[in-house]
Amino acid sequence: MNRIINKYIQEQKEYILKEWVERMKEKSDERVLKVVSNQVFVSTSREFVEMVSSNLNDTNDEYSERLHDFAEKVVKLGWPLSFVTEGIQVFASLVFEGIKEEKLVSKEDEMKLFYGIDRWTNPMTNEVVNIYSTTWERTVSLQKIALQELSAPLIPVFDGISVMPLIGAIDTERAKQIMENLLNGVVKHRSEVVLIDITGVPVVDTMVAHHIIQAADAVRLVGARCMLVGIRPEIAQTIVNLGIDLNQIITKNTLKKGMEAALELMNKKIIQVGEKS
Amino acid sequence: MENQSCVNIQTEWDIVAARQLGRNVAKELGFGIVDQARITTAISELARNIFIYANKGRVCIEKIYDKGHAGLRIVAIDNGPGINDIRLAMEDGYSTSGGLGAGLPGVKRLMDEFDIVSSKGKGTEIVATKWIR
Repeated sequence: MNRIINKYIQEQKEYILKEWVERMKEKSDERVLKVVSNQVFVSTSREFVEMVSSNLNDTNDEYSERLHDFAEKVVKLGWPLSFVTEGIQVFASLVFEGIKEEKLVSKEDEMKLFYGIDRWTNPMTNEVVNIYSTTWERTVSLQKIALQELSAPLIPVFDGISVMPLIGAIDTERAKQIMENLLNGVVKHRSEVVLIDITGVPVVDTMVAHHIIQAADAVRLVGARCMLVGIRPEIAQTIVNLGIDLNQIITKNTLKKGMEAALELMNKKIIQVGEKS
Repeated sequence: MENQSCVNIQTEWDIVAARQLGRNVAKELGFGIVDQARITTAISELARNIFIYANKGRVCIEKIYDKGHAGLRIVAIDNGPGINDIRLAMEDGYSTSGGLGAGLPGVKRLMDEFDIVSSKGKGTEIVATKWIR
């Protein structure tokens, strides 16, 4: 059965390619065609068809290597996974219909042909899905690490004064890190005043407020003072509406104001030496 | 419904998705920046309640119009354990999870209208509306 399929594909490659491109163009939405130029689409399609048919000739190792390369290329091009799996299905049905039409197999053997094609395309689909998901998993885990790296840095700016700028949404994972970095940093840098800047935090709900209050309490326990800066007017109003009590924490609306207050607490002052040139 | 879009709450990041949706709709309707912050904070509270207490549920954002007034309605539905004593849950400072206990009463103050239905073992539905002034 494999021989018949193989022979048909080798002979009718051009026709199959043409039909396949036609059908896939109908199926693919604007999304795919927009990211891929027509030329790239056709050449990648050719490669796709070559690859699909090579499965029957190549040895397993050669084939899986080609499949791997192809899948990575498709991922880079931004073809959606559903498009690729559908492509395999369309290809299979094209071959099936073609062989049936040319009457290369008897009516009784049609079922056998169907299963033959199925046995050949199924592992292919599995492999493609596998490669896609590993690529995604890798991307997600890399991004997670990248996110963690910039999630809650404590920056010493003056003797005894450190700043923690927070940007983006705060979830439980990050809240834990904020607390850890804050306490470790305070001890390591011998900070006496820590400014937490929430200018970049889009929403301050009760959970975020709760974590900030807890962090401030903990900072007090290790002998430093905590200041909350960067409270935008709309955030101030929602905090009041929510009825959150931030009286235990010194708050300022900008980092600049907070820095001045922190210097004052340390009995320090920034002065200008000499005239500006 | 055309004027309604929903976000399923299953992970903590869905909370961010829900309030992003809310902020976009609020912006479209022409809410001011303070009301946008109020609405997103309310959505954040309701979505987080679903995530903490019911594990999963749904937050829907709806554009509503009444007598020439436009408004935004938040509907938060879950099939979780329900609320034991609603009056207690609406009290400031009451929390069963060690939080601040400002969530539900806070949402009521952030929004113009607030309605809560909860039955034990069946779930909770909260509807909160904000009108453009």
